[in-house]
Amino acid sequence: MARMKFLCDADRCIECNACVTACKNEHEVPWGINRRRVVTINDGLPGERSVSMACMHCTDAPCAAVCPVDCFYTTEDAVVLHSKDTCIGCGYCFYACPFGAPQYPRVGNFGTRGKMDKCTYCAGGPEADMTEAEYVKYGSNRLAEGKLPLCAEMCSTKSLLAGDGDIIADIYRERVVTRGYGSGAWGWRSAYGETVSV
Amino acid sequence: MTIFTKMSRVIAVLALGLFAVIAQPQAAQAQDIINPTAESVTEDALMEALNGDAQVQGRVSIPDDLSSGLIKPANRGWADTHGGPVRTVNLIAVVGMIVLLVAFYAIRGKIRIDSGPSSERIQRFSATERFAHWLMAVSFIVLALTGLNLVFGRAVILPVFGEGVFGTLSAWGKVAHNYMGFAFMLGLILSFVYWIAHNIPDKVDMHWLSKGGGLFVKGVHPPAKKFNAGQKGIFWSVTLGGAALSFTGVMLLFPELAGGEAGWQLYQVIHGVVAAILTAIVIAHIYIGSVGMEGAYDAMGSGEVDLNWAKEHHSLWVEEVQGKSSDGTGDGSSRPGTQPAE
Repeated sequence: MARMKFLCDADRCIECNACVTACKNEHEVPWGINRRRVVTINDGLPGERSVSMACMHCTDAPCAAVCPVDCFYTTEDAVVLHSKDTCIGCGYCFYACPFGAPQYPRVGNFGTRGKMDKCTYCAGGPEADMTEAEYVKYGSNRLAEGKLPLCAEMCSTKSLLAGDGDIIADIYRERVVTRGYGSGAWGWRSAYGETVSV
Repeated sequence: MTIFTKMSRVIAVLALGLFAVIAQPQAAQAQDIINPTAESVTEDALMEALNGDAQVQGRVSIPDDLSSGLIKPANRGWADTHGGPVRTVNLIAVVGMIVLLVAFYAIRGKIRIDSGPSSERIQRFSATERFAHWLMAVSFIVLALTGLNLVFGRAVILPVFGEGVFGTLSAWGKVAHNYMGFAFMLGLILSFVYWIAHNIPDKVDMHWLSKGGGLFVKGVHPPAKKFNAGQKGIFWSVTLGGAALSFTGVMLLFPELAGGEAGWQLYQVIHGVVAAILTAIVIAHIYIGSVGMEGAYDAMGSGEVDLNWAKEHHSLWVEEVQGKSSDGTGDGSSRPGTQPAE
C-alpha cells in the first residue's frame, strides 16, 4: 500500500485559501472548525511564504501516543484516523500535535471541548465506508472512492500535493531542481522524521 | 502536417526569437532586482532559529489566532514525555508501593495492640475532623482512579471491556475528575486548618524516626503526640502534594491561565508525576490505617480509639488529653509504638 502524505510547495502557494474552503464544504465541517488552514510566514515582508497545513498523518503519531482512550488508528495507507465514539475530548492530542491539527467544537474550560475533529485525509472514520453515519461524523470518504483529498486535488497552483510520499517527494524534488529553489517540505521533519533532500 | 501548420510554426518561432532578442536587456535588468529565492523564508532556517522550542509562527486569515502556529516541534517532546517517563513513574510508584506493602504484610503481618484491647475508648477525632478527612479521602480515591485510568486505562481496561464500555467509563471519569477536584481542594483546606498545629515537626519526631516508628520490630513503641512523625509526613505530603495538584489541576482546567501550550504541558507533567507519588503514599496510608494495623481504623471510623492502642502509639497525646503531666517528652510511653495511621 501507499504511504500517504501531504506536501505543500510554499513557493507555489498563493494563499487563496481555496483548500480551506473546499475542505469545509466537502465535509460540511461545523462552524468554527478548520481542518485545514493557510499560514503565512513573514507576512508582508520580502520572501514571505504561505503554507497550507492540516493533519500531516505522522509516522508514530504523537496524538495516538498520548490519547488516554486510544481512539486513534492508522490505516493501511498510513492515514491517521480516530473514533469520535471513543474520544472524550480531553485535549491531549492538541497539545501533542506539532501542527495544531486537532480541533474541538467548543473552546471551553472544564474540558468541555466536545469530540475532537481533524483532517481525515478525506478517508472518513471507523464506520463502514461511504455511509451516512460516517459522513455525519467525519465527512466524505474520497479515498474509498479512489480519489485523493480534495484540498490537494483542486489546488489551483498545484502547490498542495497529496499522494504516496515517494511520488510527491519526487514531484517536489523535480520542481526544485527545475526552478532552482525551494523553501522546503514544510513539516516533514516533525511529521515523518525526514525531509525531501534535493 | 500541412504546409500551413509548418509555416505558422516557423513564423511563431521567429516571432518568439525576435521578442526574446528585444526583451533580453530588460529581462536581465529585472533579474538583478527580483530574485525570488534571495530572501524567501525556508523551513530549514526557521527550524534552526527555533532552537528546539516554541513554534514557527505566522498569520492566518481565519479568525482564530490559535491556528497561526504552523509547526510546533516541541509538542512531540511533551507527547514522548507523557507517553514515556510519566507512565513509567506512575507504574513504578503505584505497583512498586503495592508490592512493598504486600511484602511488608507477609513479613511483619498485621500490627496488633501488644497489650491487647482494653475496655476503655478515647475520643481521637471529632466529627468535623472526620468530615474533612473523608471529604478529602473519597474525592482523592475518585481522582486517583480516574487519573490512573487516563494513564493505564487503554492498556488495562480497554482490552478487557472493549471500546464502548471503556469510552463511556472514561468520559464519565473525565467529568468526575474535573469536578471532584474542587471537593478535594475543600477537604485539603479544612484538614490543613484543623491539623496544622499538630503537625509542626519537633524533637519527638526525631526520636520516633530513629526507632523506625516501631514499625519493623514487634513491641517497640516510640512516644508520639497526636500525630507521630509518619503521620506528619502524610500530612505534609498531602498538603504540599495536594496544593501542587490543585494548582496544576486548575491550570489544566482553564488552559487560558496556563500561559500557552508550553505552560499547559509543564503543568500536565507536574500533575502526572506528583499524582503518582502522592497516590503511592496514600496507598501506604490506607494500608496502615486499615488492614495493616489493629485498632487504627477506629480513629477515622467512629472517632474513638482503644485506650491501649492510643497509649502504645500516641503516648504523649494520651497523657495530654487525660490531664496527666504533659511536660515529659519521652517517658510516657508504656512501650514504644508502631506507626499508627488513620
